[in-house]
Amino acid sequence: MFSLEGKNALVTGATGGIGEAIARALHAQGATVSLSGTRAEKLEALASDLGERAFVTPANLSDRDAVDALLPAAEEKMGSVDILVNNAGITRDNIFMRMKDEEWDQVLEVNLSSGFRLCRAAIKGMMKRRSGRIIGITSVVGVTGNPGQANYAAAKAGMIGMYKSVAREVASRNITVNTIAPGFIETAMTDALNDKQKDSILTSVPAGRLGTSHEIASAALYLASDEAAYVTGQTIHVNGGMAMI
Amino acid sequence: MSDIADRVKKIVVEHLGVDGEKVVEGASFIDDLGADSLDTVELVMAFEEEFGVEIPDTAAETILTVGDAVKFLEANK
Ligand SMILES: NC(=O)c1ccc[n+]([C@@H]2O[C@H](COP(=O)([O-])OP(=O)(O)OC[C@H]3O[C@@H](n4cnc5c(N)ncnc54)[C@H](OP(=O)(O)O)[C@@H]3O)[C@@H](O)[C@H]2O)c1
Repeated sequence: MFSLEGKNALVTGATGGIGEAIARALHAQGATVSLSGTRAEKLEALASDLGERAFVTPANLSDRDAVDALLPAAEEKMGSVDILVNNAGITRDNIFMRMKDEEWDQVLEVNLSSGFRLCRAAIKGMMKRRSGRIIGITSVVGVTGNPGQANYAAAKAGMIGMYKSVAREVASRNITVNTIAPGFIETAMTDALNDKQKDSILTSVPAGRLGTSHEIASAALYLASDEAAYVTGQTIHVNGGMAMI
Repeated sequence: MSDIADRVKKIVVEHLGVDGEKVVEGASFIDDLGADSLDTVELVMAFEEEFGVEIPDTAAETILTVGDAVKFLEANK
């Protein structure tokens, strides 16, 4: 089960905690992967660690031209993009009344608009091949909201609405479009929190611990697989029970 | 029928699974041949592939009938 033999996957944010885990999980099941992020050396290091079937396609997702060039670059390296994982994401937290236009714009651009453009580019080939998987990493806060993260929550909620709409459009072509909503996962993003913040978060997590990147990657692997062909327009919540939706 | 018209007809028949007799010049993809909006996008992609041309979105939006497609492809071969 869950073999991705012969499938080609583009993973954005592959230099980050969750993206690397997703790339490793897909690769371990036989997929060819194209790793994207802005830190080229880190991508090269991961690619050489993975060995064969791993390519590097760096791109700055806040630059529209670079976004438009990414899908063709990955298709050129791998031949096609059968699985697109929109995982790259940033936070620019601020209380709403102090939130700057740039903080809003940057988060919406990287977390939502770049994904729109990548999905649009990827779907063309998927329609021709009559199969495809689009997976977006959203967040629990896109569903629940979070103080200080109006921009981030808007982008993440926007992804969910966009993915559901696209899922309805392309379901008849065997293309599934889903999101995964992590809760609090141990990565660089959550390392930035202090112990007091972490403790207060954990009181709201029934599982009593942060999640691991591997636990997010496992959900991505499922959605990417043939076994998940009948799952579309969904959001899989992986959050230790902190929100039950 | 011209060679282009024959090839267009073949693509439409294959893609929409309709009777060749219905694929006449004035036939609308959506109203007469049962295409949905996604089918029309796919037809345009199939024309692009078959004829090796690029059909920009602005032109694609004006290709509503079999005749529209033939006309566009004849003008842009
Ligand atoms: N960690 C959590 O608890 C948590 C919870 C919910 C949702 N998420 C979501 O999970 C995803 C991955 O997060 P993570 O925890 O793995 O964070 P991370 O370690 O900070 O990784 C973020 C990734 O996004 C990439 N990225 C950021 N800005 C970019 C840009 N302008 N262009 C291209 N790539 C860019 C980074 O690449 P470079 O560094 O190479 O630029 C990096 O690979 C994000 O969408 C995040 O919102 C995380």
